[in-house]
Amino acid sequence: MRNFDYVAPTSLTEAVQAFGQAGDKARALAGGTDIIDQIRIGRRTPELLIDTKRVPEMMVFEGDGAGGLRIGAALPLYRVRDDANVQATYPALATASGLVGAVQIQNRATLGGNVGNAAPSGDTIPPLVVLGSTVVIAGPRGTREEPVENIFAGPGQMTIAPDECLVEFRVPAPKANSSSYYVRFIPRAEMDIAVVGVGVSLTLNGGGQIEDVNISLASVAPTPVRATDAENVLRGETLTAALAREAGEQAEHHASPISDVRGSADYRRELTKVLTRRAVAACAAQLGVNVT
Amino acid sequence: MVATPEKAIGQPIARVDAVERVKGRAVYAPDLTLPGTLHCKILRSPHAHARIKSIDTSAAEEYPGVKAVVTHKDLPALDSDEQVGGEVTLDAVYLRQFLMASDRVLFHGHPVAAVAATSPHIAEEALDLIKVDYEPLPAVVGIEDAIKDDAPIIHEEVRTRGLEGRSDKPTNISVHMELARGDVAKGYEEADVVLEGEYRIGMVHQGYIEPQACTVDVDATGHITIYTTTQASFANKSQNAALLQVPLNKVTVVPLEIGGGFGGKGFTVPELPTALLALKTGAPVKTVLSRDEVFRATGPAPDAYCWIKAGANKKGEVTAFEARFYLDAGCLPGSALYVNNILVAGLSPYKLPNFQADGYDVLTNKSRSQAYRAPGLPEGAFAIETMMDELAEALDMDPIDLRIANITDDGAPMSDGMALPVTRFKEILETVKKHDSWTSPVPEGRGRGVAIGMRREGSGTSTATIQLNADATFSLIVGSVDLTGTRTSMAQIAAEELGVTVDEVRSTVGDTDSVGYSDGSWGSRITYVTGMAVKNASEDVIRQLKERAAEGFQASAEDVEYADRTFTLRDNPEQSITLAELAPKCVGMGLGAVIGTGIAAGVRPVTSTGVQICEVEVDESTGRATIARYTAFQDPGRAINPMAVEGQVQGAVAQGVGWALWENYEWGEDGILKNANFLDYRMPTALDLPMIETIFVGGPAPENPLGVRGVGEVPIIPPLPAVGNAVSRTTGIRHREIPLNPENVFWATHNGANGAK
Amino acid sequence: MTTTNRRIVQFTVNGNSVEVAITPRQTLLEVVRDELGLTGAKEGCSNGNCGSCTIEVDGVTINSCCALGVEMDGREVNTIEGLAPGNDLHPIQKAYMNNGGFQCGICTPGFILSTDHLLKMIPNPTEEEIRLHLAGNLCRCTGYDKIVRSVQAAAEDMNS
Repeated sequence: MRNFDYVAPTSLTEAVQAFGQAGDKARALAGGTDIIDQIRIGRRTPELLIDTKRVPEMMVFEGDGAGGLRIGAALPLYRVRDDANVQATYPALATASGLVGAVQIQNRATLGGNVGNAAPSGDTIPPLVVLGSTVVIAGPRGTREEPVENIFAGPGQMTIAPDECLVEFRVPAPKANSSSYYVRFIPRAEMDIAVVGVGVSLTLNGGGQIEDVNISLASVAPTPVRATDAENVLRGETLTAALAREAGEQAEHHASPISDVRGSADYRRELTKVLTRRAVAACAAQLGVNVT
Repeated sequence: MVATPEKAIGQPIARVDAVERVKGRAVYAPDLTLPGTLHCKILRSPHAHARIKSIDTSAAEEYPGVKAVVTHKDLPALDSDEQVGGEVTLDAVYLRQFLMASDRVLFHGHPVAAVAATSPHIAEEALDLIKVDYEPLPAVVGIEDAIKDDAPIIHEEVRTRGLEGRSDKPTNISVHMELARGDVAKGYEEADVVLEGEYRIGMVHQGYIEPQACTVDVDATGHITIYTTTQASFANKSQNAALLQVPLNKVTVVPLEIGGGFGGKGFTVPELPTALLALKTGAPVKTVLSRDEVFRATGPAPDAYCWIKAGANKKGEVTAFEARFYLDAGCLPGSALYVNNILVAGLSPYKLPNFQADGYDVLTNKSRSQAYRAPGLPEGAFAIETMMDELAEALDMDPIDLRIANITDDGAPMSDGMALPVTRFKEILETVKKHDSWTSPVPEGRGRGVAIGMRREGSGTSTATIQLNADATFSLIVGSVDLTGTRTSMAQIAAEELGVTVDEVRSTVGDTDSVGYSDGSWGSRITYVTGMAVKNASEDVIRQLKERAAEGFQASAEDVEYADRTFTLRDNPEQSITLAELAPKCVGMGLGAVIGTGIAAGVRPVTSTGVQICEVEVDESTGRATIARYTAFQDPGRAINPMAVEGQVQGAVAQGVGWALWENYEWGEDGILKNANFLDYRMPTALDLPMIETIFVGGPAPENPLGVRGVGEVPIIPPLPAVGNAVSRTTGIRHREIPLNPENVFWATHNGANGAK
Repeated sequence: MTTTNRRIVQFTVNGNSVEVAITPRQTLLEVVRDELGLTGAKEGCSNGNCGSCTIEVDGVTINSCCALGVEMDGREVNTIEGLAPGNDLHPIQKAYMNNGGFQCGICTPGFILSTDHLLKMIPNPTEEEIRLHLAGNLCRCTGYDKIVRSVQAAAEDMNS
């Protein structure tokens, strides 16, 4: 492995300073489960790793005071996976946190890393997107908050500047009568990268119709994408098996996948339909609406 | 559990070397670091096929911390006719070419140079400073491309062995073998149904978790000691002596604990560049391969392309059978033995009164193929056993009944004309047919597949030495590397033969200076052949002890009996001495040490057989097949350690299921391997498998006094077709390509059958 | 940046305080194996996919090939060598021995530490929970059957 330097700031001020000075020469080291291998195989060549795990602001895990949630960018995923509140209120996020690698990976890997790596296949991204999450970004020009959905520029690329860093994720309180679901397809049962992943959040009105719906797809485009055509056919409707299937057909419009060792583009398109249908139905089932 | 002497054999005892392993103290090759060790890294070809125009190592040599750089120029001249190897032999020049490229690189990952430095990180940095000028050449990646008439030729000098006099043009088919019997044309006339199919099986890796690693230490006299991970310490010694052109007494191989081999550690890999660097620097040099290097350049199992046409009558009897089996040798000839395995062990379970079978060893621009557990047979069985299932389906017959209708009787001729040893195959199939795993109703959404496998074992020679200690305990040394419990099963055999407990036998694996020549731990030969050597050594010890006792009795050794740890004069039981009394008199008190030696060679071949039933569930929307239930029937003969036998069967099934469903080398058209890691080369995890029910059938092998059969290899033969047949029965589409990964199953079920003619 | 940017890092290993002078690029696995001589953790894949390098840091198991030694300052590291003192055997180690839970043994230290982590979280796991929790540890010899049984036996022993 090529050599690099290492710092471990113990406050956000120190961290911002470190990222600000190093700019694109630095990468964050949170769980390290991606970046260390990327350095080993030469895919990334940072001169400095900034360990974010000793920055208290990046390790928060608490309510936001308005019924929502704050999750530090360097908090290990097992904390999210095992949290009873997350499991009950944000099931898609709990599920996805339990799908990133195996237990040993989840004990190290973080939301900041899974998002910051900006892989189109990142399992936690569709749940964060459909839950309307934002991310707090700090840098030499101050702190800002962006929707998670807006920070991806391409595979491995984010829209945030190289001298900025991810501090925490804010997941708003879900509306009444809503739920979320994440499903991905992989060849084995575990330990794999999503061939396709689908996150869904649904809100039903008093009459049982779909009041609001968000669908986000992983691994089918250079960045995670929203399946707005699928959302549009669902919104305002009462879910049926046929409608769930139609949502799957519509979701495919948003898939522009590549072929690689994990699956061909055509197969990914087919899976997009199947998984969207299943995710919508499973999410509705969590709200007591069974269509299969 | 402590076994009593009478019952040492047959007990499911814990491994005698278990504590060191569970405590993390067992020393594997990557764990050994001698004082002053330098670390080696290897520069590898980025091309699948290219001419090397020049190599400039000067900048690397000057890099701080680098002690030496070697290339093919550092290799000694070789006698071109010399053959090296073990179970498989190979021209020494070819093995050397595989381990260090000279004028051409033949596969992606082919070694080109090696660096020794004070740390592995520095050695790795220095690799970037070596300048190699390549002229890329066309690469031949797939078997079906390599056998085309206009295919680029990989080795201009290769002519097809087996076609002498029939063809003298350069070719990528290095060997052609054929076996035939009866009249195939007549056989088709007798057939009520004739089917034909093409079968393709992907290239896989043995997948041992421990990468190849070694330390080579050269002393001031030039003696070379190799500490390594190998299945065959003596083969490793002879290969390296030949490659380095030194006499055999100048090389000692010390086999350290081995973290899995499965056939893939029978040939030397990192030892050659490591030894060259040790010779050049005078310091110990250590090499530990990365997983990437293990995948690219150690030697996977061949992929295969097969074609079968077969006819059967309404009784299910196969009246005509034609087959062609092409195995991928990779960049150097060498899969011929595996081809032969298919033609003999693969075809011989069935009578096949009229057959013509051809096998081919095909060269491609890939790493050199190596053995993987029952080499060749899983590939062959996928074609043969899938065709048997297709015939059963076409005839609307129970697939077990169809096999019973065709099974070769014990003693009847095999495909090569030799008599089939005792298999009790028909009896085993009748047992399987009545088992719940076959008779219970198939649950909704699932399908069930069956397949059989056979292997012939008992080759080579093994040695064992047993020394008596003064306190009446024993020290046993074998030359067979302990892959999965050799020390334990050999201790069990010795204890039983010596009439003591397993605890009283210290069982070790010797290095090549401390024990007699022994062939490698491959070919399911250890329990049988090394077991016979241990039995012989034990008998030698008892014979010597009887002589010592007879001296005291002033009688003839022939009149001394040994039982219950006591030597007794047959006609005068008053005259007796216990083992505990006799031992100190022999060792230390002048009667003379007792050292028994046992050599086994030329033992009678035995077969081992297995039948497996797989039940799968298929999600047709995604193509994913899940193993719902798996039952493996195995004839282990007399199981020395039933727990170890079960473990071997279950492990082989898991490997076979991995091959059937996920594992596969993904090649680009340019011959670049795209998934050389454990993420995208998908081996089964604990979540991918159910419990694997293991049922012993058959009985002791009559061919040998221990009654044992090999067990390690047979259980990897049936899984490919058992899984495939189960998936086909579930989806209603015949699947003829491995792996049956979700995408392949998805498209096959959506587009119709694959591989049909 | 130089190639000798060593720094002193202090942490505890198996209850003992250690101090090592290491460079940032040395993984935790390299540090425990090469600097501390604890070779029970193995390097099987170098990218967090085989679990052979599993060790425990601050009470949770991690892939030590995907962590840096310099991150360990002040942390508590436990390896297979520290699971049971001296020549003692932990019930999990006994269970793997008596149930055929390994063959070649290269993956075994990782499996045993993953089992320890599992049984601390779930003292009586189901077969499915065992398989899920051990999915990050590859074994190529056993087919996992006897590993699952070893974990079940260990749980039974530890709960009795």
